Amino acid sequence: MSAEWSRPPTFDAARLPSFGFGHQSLMWWGTVGLMAIEGTVFALAIVIYFYVWTRTSPWPPSVPPPDLRYGTLNTVILLLSLIPNQFTKRAAERLDLKAVRVGVVVCLACAVAFLIVRVFEYETLNVRWDTNAYGSAVWLLLSLHTIHLLTDAYDSAVLAALMFTGPLEARRFVDVSENALYWYFVVATWIPIYAVIYIAPRVL
Amino acid sequence: MHGVDLWSKRSLWGALTTVDHKRIGIRFIVTALVFAFLGGVLSGLVRHQLSVPDNTFLGPDAYNQIFSTHGTAMMFLFAVPVMQGFALYLVPLMVGTRNIAFPRMNAYAYWLYLAGGLMLFGALIVDAGPDVGWFSYVPLAGPQYGVGKRSDFWAQMITFTEVSALLVAVSVITTTFKLRAPGMTLDRIPLFVWAMLITSFMIMFAMPAVMLASTALILDRLVATHLFNPAEGGDPLLWQHLFWFFGHPEVYLIFMPALGMLSAIIETFSRRPIFGYPAMVLALIATGFLSFALWVHHMFATEIPEVAKSFFTAASMVIAIPTAIQIFCWIATMWSGRLNFKTPLLFAFGFFFILTLGGMTGLMVASVPLDMQLHDTQFVVAHLHYVLIGGAVFPMLGAIYYWFPKFTGAMLNERLGRWHFGLLFVGMNLTFFPMHQLGLDGMPRRVYTYPASQGWGMLNFFASIGDIVVDLAMAIFIVNVLWTLLRRRESAMNPWNAPSLEWLAPSPPPPHNFAAIPIVASREPLWEPNGIVGRVDGLARDPPELLVTTALDATPQHRVAFPTPSVWPLLSAFATTVLFIGSIFTPWAAVWGTVPVAIALTIWFWPTREETQSHLKVEKVP
Repeated sequence: MSAEWSRPPTFDAARLPSFGFGHQSLMWWGTVGLMAIEGTVFALAIVIYFYVWTRTSPWPPSVPPPDLRYGTLNTVILLLSLIPNQFTKRAAERLDLKAVRVGVVVCLACAVAFLIVRVFEYETLNVRWDTNAYGSAVWLLLSLHTIHLLTDAYDSAVLAALMFTGPLEARRFVDVSENALYWYFVVATWIPIYAVIYIAPRVL
Repeated sequence: MHGVDLWSKRSLWGALTTVDHKRIGIRFIVTALVFAFLGGVLSGLVRHQLSVPDNTFLGPDAYNQIFSTHGTAMMFLFAVPVMQGFALYLVPLMVGTRNIAFPRMNAYAYWLYLAGGLMLFGALIVDAGPDVGWFSYVPLAGPQYGVGKRSDFWAQMITFTEVSALLVAVSVITTTFKLRAPGMTLDRIPLFVWAMLITSFMIMFAMPAVMLASTALILDRLVATHLFNPAEGGDPLLWQHLFWFFGHPEVYLIFMPALGMLSAIIETFSRRPIFGYPAMVLALIATGFLSFALWVHHMFATEIPEVAKSFFTAASMVIAIPTAIQIFCWIATMWSGRLNFKTPLLFAFGFFFILTLGGMTGLMVASVPLDMQLHDTQFVVAHLHYVLIGGAVFPMLGAIYYWFPKFTGAMLNERLGRWHFGLLFVGMNLTFFPMHQLGLDGMPRRVYTYPASQGWGMLNFFASIGDIVVDLAMAIFIVNVLWTLLRRRESAMNPWNAPSLEWLAPSPPPPHNFAAIPIVASREPLWEPNGIVGRVDGLARDPPELLVTTALDATPQHRVAFPTPSVWPLLSAFATTVLFIGSIFTPWAAVWGTVPVAIALTIWFWPTREETQSHLKVEKVP
């Protein structure tokens, strides 16, 4: 049996590249898998919010809706961060270390700016998590998103450090590219969460 | 030595650091079986308590903890992890590669799972076991009634096991799509791999619901959120929705791997290719989708609009169709094949009988008027045990007999296997069939005793006798396994003459699985003369390289250097355990607990100089 199956023709894998970007890489599949899982968590948290809404009247229950200022400011920061994010992703796919170093630092700065404003967001929600179920649902949504921001900011910091200190090989650029993909996810999920936290209480 | 063999050194250090999918897979299987054994001991206590009326062997509090821990262990620590263990072991072999994608992450997943399981049984030993059933309904589990830390241990056990299951699911999906041997197009992968692929997708979309729900439960209990508190705008029914949005797919994601195992067993022991492969695959996919549209049928006894109940009754009937398609395809396969009556096939037959009975009672409880009568009675206990034992345990045991020579290089004893099957079949039916009648007679589930005047004593006594027969059957199984491992008679490489690639590797396979990656040209590569048309050369041994292929056609795309053994998955899991258990007692553990986790994960990720050097030797930019 073994003699038979190992006969030629053989395929010579040595001529293949040792890594690939995008959906060629295993990292892409892992990242997309995590995005699917966490996207489901976000969707369910939004379901919780509206489930509580069906049980409560008026909405929001006897508290003012969250202040628009900081949440909107953060939305702007997040949308602007897409520019350095895309710049970094492209630089990584060109294997351009210099540009990647600039890009990861700018991206990291955006994440940190966002996290600072997030503190003010919490302070102007106008409701505590233990005030009522509405407050619990709002805090749950915002905190789930904050956890993702924190982890991605920390990821980016570690990656940035690696880009400056090494040891480096070309396939580390795949990690940079996938980290940028994940940032897109963090931004993309913020848009509906912003709409739920800040706009829903004003229109429902 | 093959560079890949570093994956699995035979030493204590090697055991703690291994990234070999086979060792991690076997660990999942063995650990899950040990938890099942402990769960079985608990059910023995339950049966002993119920064997006669007015029994004082167990008090109500101990009884509540014991049946809750039994259900929790069987669902979360046995049924899902054991199937994922099989997937970890078999999927890379079946698709013709050297390892699972993200092997270190799977090592981490195993340690987390182990920690969660030990925590649950540890809690039971110190009288803090969960006591409100495996679905932990609020308000009973909430801050008002669920005093102590019992429900918190339950909720955090969910976090452990679901994180573990989700990580394994992502690995299985990536392996199936990207690491297949060249030529193994999507319509050539074994049905077991299809089943595990779809199971993994279901895990990805179902398990977040229970994780979010149990997190919300801990928040309600620990920091006074009000998500399930009706006095402040929350709703206990929200818990039921979130739980069953996970809980019903859960049943199918236990059942689905078993369907894959049956397809493998029935194909081999009918000695012909499976009948209706495309129909089988489509039926699996349909089952996966439909399983997400059934959850409300667990909630017919609540204030759900009648029209919704009708919808979920209809959906519950519809899901019988894909299952029936598969059963008919298997019957056609066996009908037109030449049956080889060995133990694995006997367990497949056991599946047909027991699962069909469980499916029939499933149709009964899925109809609203009957369910209103039968809800929360012993009838439901009978139904769910028929479904889970018939639908998952019998196929899983058949799978152990079938793949045991692959795992160990030795065949289990056939005569003991037949006794195991026969006694288990009789004992299982003797235990659970009377519960149908008990439920119709009005005996509720989850009561620690009952008065003699109810007239339930005789049937309960039969059920308890049946449980002893089940114990006897499982004792024979344990003896068979130990005896076989001690005797170690070498089996042939492909003792059952099976068609799929795992039998191309030696038994047990070396760490690198295959001498060379085969090029596949058939759905049954070992049965057809030209099933394997060549091999892949040029993959580096040090660093251990794998071949990445396209998702649909499996044409080679690039090489990828795989990780070497590392102790950091274990240490990261330890740090995560401190975080999870700490946050049962104080919310601040969720803050300071993240520091060691972050440090451990960073060191895990950070490439060493030697590793990078070895990668640079074989680097080739696209």
